[in-house]
Amino acid sequence: MKVKGTVFKYGDNVDTDVIIPARYLNITDMNKLAEHCMEDIDAQFSKKVQAGDIIVAGNNFGCGSSREHAPATIKASGVSCVIANSFARIFYRNSINIGLAIIECPEAAAAIRQGDQVSVDFAKGQIVDETTGAHFQAEPFPAFLQEIIDKGGLLNSIK
Amino acid sequence: MGMTMTQKIIAAHGGRDSVKAGELIRVDLDLVLGNDVTSPVAINEFEKAGFTKLFDKDKVVFVMDHFTPNKDINSAMLCKRARDFARKYAITHYYESGNVGVEHALLPEQGLVAPGEIIIGADSHTCTYGALGAYSTGVGSTDMAAGMYSGQAWFKVPSAIKFVLKGKLQPFVSGKDVILTIIGMIGVEGARYKSMEFTGEGLSSLSMDDRLCMANMAIEAGGKNGIFEVDDITLAYVKERVSRPFTVYKADEDAQYDEVYEIDLSQIQPTVAFPHLPENTRPVSQAGEVPIDQVVIGSCTNGRLEDMRAAAAVLKGRKVAAGVRCIIIPATPLIYRQSMDEGLFDIFMEAGCVISPPTCGPCLGGHMGILAEGERAVATTNRNFVGRMGHTGSEVYLASPAVAAASAVCGRIAQPDELDNGGRG
Repeated sequence: MKVKGTVFKYGDNVDTDVIIPARYLNITDMNKLAEHCMEDIDAQFSKKVQAGDIIVAGNNFGCGSSREHAPATIKASGVSCVIANSFARIFYRNSINIGLAIIECPEAAAAIRQGDQVSVDFAKGQIVDETTGAHFQAEPFPAFLQEIIDKGGLLNSIK
Repeated sequence: MGMTMTQKIIAAHGGRDSVKAGELIRVDLDLVLGNDVTSPVAINEFEKAGFTKLFDKDKVVFVMDHFTPNKDINSAMLCKRARDFARKYAITHYYESGNVGVEHALLPEQGLVAPGEIIIGADSHTCTYGALGAYSTGVGSTDMAAGMYSGQAWFKVPSAIKFVLKGKLQPFVSGKDVILTIIGMIGVEGARYKSMEFTGEGLSSLSMDDRLCMANMAIEAGGKNGIFEVDDITLAYVKERVSRPFTVYKADEDAQYDEVYEIDLSQIQPTVAFPHLPENTRPVSQAGEVPIDQVVIGSCTNGRLEDMRAAAAVLKGRKVAAGVRCIIIPATPLIYRQSMDEGLFDIFMEAGCVISPPTCGPCLGGHMGILAEGERAVATTNRNFVGRMGHTGSEVYLASPAVAAASAVCGRIAQPDELDNGGRG
């Protein structure tokens, strides 16, 4: 699968409280929650984001709460992929489990800029910054996790 | 090659003689936990997947603690969703209203967790039960749904950082100061994906409430779990609460650690984490003049009986400073009753505090103490991210109950020994 979109770039330690503030967690409809995605770090995000767009961030993306609402609202916002230097572990497993595409790639996370056009080829693990022409290669997922991803998430994989 | 405590527990639950850091394996679970925020999402996923049975109705626990007593209609609907599901599947351990407490204070107290067990919870502070020598960790709602159905979860076997504790804590210094100091030392991703294993002769001076507080905040260093070596203090605590058999696992002598830190408990000072990350720590003595509007003493980190006693020892015979709101939240009905019976409520009320029913409430900016723009709180909670307790322009400073109480009296960040009589009422 290939995706392409405009980059929203953030820094280190983007926590789940800014991805989706707890004051909205009395809502379970992820499409409604998506209206508040990234609200406390980037109030314009939900208005600007378009289907296919890509989030690029630094270290420890998704740290803090275990709320699955965080990757789920990012996914519901239309974001096709999150590229980071590193992910917090609960966010990482939640993303695998629910089918939000995530890629750990320090080189890409460092070089890609806000607003760049980026394409990702998941099968090849290839990230291309089409604005600058730079190419990046990500490590493949371990087979165990790739199987969960291929089956469409954790619950499909254990049925 | 030797294994860490966590690796041994994972191996035993995965039907293996040994495991190595980095391996991905499926393990059997002893308990699956959710709360009023995460259970409804898990229930949605459970039903969407077409599941119609639980792996064990005695091993699924629902605790309605985050937005309860229900703060609004949406929150009431979340609890109703969980309550209806719990009734339909005859879930044994459903907690709401008169029997509910903050989940990570409630489960150990009720004997629902024991050494050597594996517990997953759809709440990041599930790592708390490592204080009992269990492997417990936070997961998302889909993991919870899968766990409720299959009794299993997948894990990457973690490597570990070992903390060898020695010496004894000074007066007015608690487990909270130790864990804040450690997070300040290694950073909010210093233990990312790893176990934090606590051992050493210093353990003998740490109460179970200190240990529960420390394991609770392993996640704030990015840790997969925090885990304490089981000793006589653990066994005495467990013996009073758990009747089922359990296994105590000890790390092998030749277990491999990514790093080993020696922590001299006698050198730990009252510590505060400044906004907006738990790693922004400094000794309270170097906090400078920070005026505050609110104090919150409670949460899964510091809402236990010893925390109530520590706060009362400072507040006894004193008044909360004018203009400061001091909210006390005993974490469970039992702690609430014990605090009342010991006369702590009299002390709190005479000081001008307000006493809340058990709830997570303000810790995550839910209700029962939300901050306005520009306001500052000292809280015994675990996170001080942007907007955590309310407005994005508010600030949370993390500290121990003794420091929070002293700050309430002074109207600024302060430590007990700044008060007359060394803080002893």
